[in-house]
Amino acid sequence: MKPLLQIESMTKLFGGVHALEEVSLDLHSGEVVGVIGHNGAGKSTLMKIVSGALRPDHGRIRIDGETVTLDSPIRAHQLGIEMIFQDLALLDNLNATENFFLGRELTRSFLGFRWNDAQRMQTIAKEAIHNINPHFHRFRTEVGLLSGGQRQSVAIARAVHLDTRVLIMDEPTAALGPEETEMVRQLVLRLKKRALGIFLIGHDLQDILRLSDRIVAMRGGRVVGTVEAARASEDDLLGMIISGKVPAAALPGPGAVTLDQEKD
Amino acid sequence: MSWHDVLRTLDPRHKRLLALGASLVVIWVVFDLLSGGLFFSPRNFYNLAVQSSTVALLTVGMVLVIITRNIDLSVGSVLGLTGMVIAILQIEVFPAAAGWNWPLTLAIGLIAGTLIGLWQGFLVAYVGIPSFVVTLAGLLIFRGLTFEISQGQTFSPFQAGYRIFGGGQQGSLGEAASWIVGGVALVVLLGALARRLRSGEASLPFTLLGGLFASALTLFMIYQFNAYDRPRTDLGYGIPSPLLLLTLAATWIGLFVNRAPVGRHVYAVGQNLEAARLVGVPVRRVVLKVFALMGLLCAVGAVITTSRLNAGTTNLGTLLELNVIAAAVIGGASLDGGRGSILGGILGAFVIQSLDTGMVLIGVSSSLRQILIGFVLIGAVWVDRIAVRRS
Repeated sequence: MKPLLQIESMTKLFGGVHALEEVSLDLHSGEVVGVIGHNGAGKSTLMKIVSGALRPDHGRIRIDGETVTLDSPIRAHQLGIEMIFQDLALLDNLNATENFFLGRELTRSFLGFRWNDAQRMQTIAKEAIHNINPHFHRFRTEVGLLSGGQRQSVAIARAVHLDTRVLIMDEPTAALGPEETEMVRQLVLRLKKRALGIFLIGHDLQDILRLSDRIVAMRGGRVVGTVEAARASEDDLLGMIISGKVPAAALPGPGAVTLDQEKD
Repeated sequence: MSWHDVLRTLDPRHKRLLALGASLVVIWVVFDLLSGGLFFSPRNFYNLAVQSSTVALLTVGMVLVIITRNIDLSVGSVLGLTGMVIAILQIEVFPAAAGWNWPLTLAIGLIAGTLIGLWQGFLVAYVGIPSFVVTLAGLLIFRGLTFEISQGQTFSPFQAGYRIFGGGQQGSLGEAASWIVGGVALVVLLGALARRLRSGEASLPFTLLGGLFASALTLFMIYQFNAYDRPRTDLGYGIPSPLLLLTLAATWIGLFVNRAPVGRHVYAVGQNLEAARLVGVPVRRVVLKVFALMGLLCAVGAVITTSRLNAGTTNLGTLLELNVIAAAVIGGASLDGGRGSILGGILGAFVIQSLDTGMVLIGVSSSLRQILIGFVLIGAVWVDRIAVRRS
């Protein structure tokens, strides 16, 4: 089966330093791929490129086998790629509906100008957010005044809509209590059934192990190795992200540290 | 429910608008008493409205600039330069008798202002120079240019047609039209309030208090404007054209801010630039548009001011930026970005101008007036901080 999303030899330099070096990665529909690594390993840079927020120096992305140009977040939305940012990227001075549609407002034409179709946006946002969190009701409140879980609901609802095909979740459970974390877990399972491809970025290796199908470890801007979650332990993962050692069950990547290198 | 409870349930933004309205009434009444009735004399009131309108017009733009977490220190100089461009073209360059002269020079002035705004917006949004630097430079550059192109001269007089914008004898609506226009404006305003009440955006106390204030203010102002008689007649001036321009511009811009995507984008950009960019707001274009609008409003301000003075002078608009920024801040615009209201800014402009005019009437020296307005500015923000901390 053709992968839903293919990342090929992605390279990004920041001031001459490789933030990403020749990173290649596939994602199939209905698959959850965990992406792990220390801060600065390149996870966020990679995901920002996939979500259209950052342009790579070279490398390409294919969707359904076809090369696409992701030159803006709007373009990524159009292709069905959505990202839930670690800090949620909500605007605290706007309410839930306004945040939900920010940057892609539904409009009507009147007198030659585009005006907000407030009614339609309200209805759609309400339904989408209730889908994620049935208890949510503070649609008029600035999201800055909402609780962490409520804010998360808004951010998730914004990213998960009918046209979403690839979902990137950056540390989705980092700021949440146990109950809300469980909600996110249930959501990931539900979305898998809807055939979304999901990238899960995180530090909590237990969570990643439990939710992912495959896990990709990154180190110094390169892929250390890829492993089936079912065949890896927390220690295997730690080994990969800390020292670049690839366990027997894993497929080594360009960033793997071989025994010869270790001797040097 | 006690008064205290009512106040507590009000949205902070609504509370501020009511507070500004109340301050305005208090300032007016106090100065009227102190000046022995001079403040509410039709002549003074009319002039106050004309002067406040120019400041308020620029404040509308400044509020948006400040919401995007920028500042524009150049508005006085841009007003001066565009005013001088219009004056020189209309009086020196183009034939004085030609009927097309004033509409053409007016259009050129508006275009020039917009271009200056685009230029500054480009430097801020696309080149990444802080707006403080860009517009501080603009303050010097455009004032300098004003002197250069005029060689320090004053140009006068403008064509008769041009003078309708200044709020003078030719620039007012007359009594009957004023009642009609005022009535229509009031109906629109109350309709907007009622709609907000129905949709839940506004509470009942705010709707009642706001509606009452707006109605009383509108009727009182029109009564005053009509009581001011044109020389040697008993025909009232009616609504001055600058106030009309302000109302039209603010309504139009307010519609975009509240009902078009760009309005939400303006607030988003100032709150968190990076988050706005990540979710797909065209952040640079938003900032560019806001500065372009600011430039255009400066040019409109220039038209009003030159038309009123019937002259283009080199010091037109000097130090205006200070009153405009102060008005925006008093009206609730936060220099941290993301917050501010057009209506608040307009009320802020009227508060500042009323204080200034009132103090002139009771003979306060210009240095003392500066000191007091400085303290009012600090006081307004101080009170705001306390209110924010409490809520």
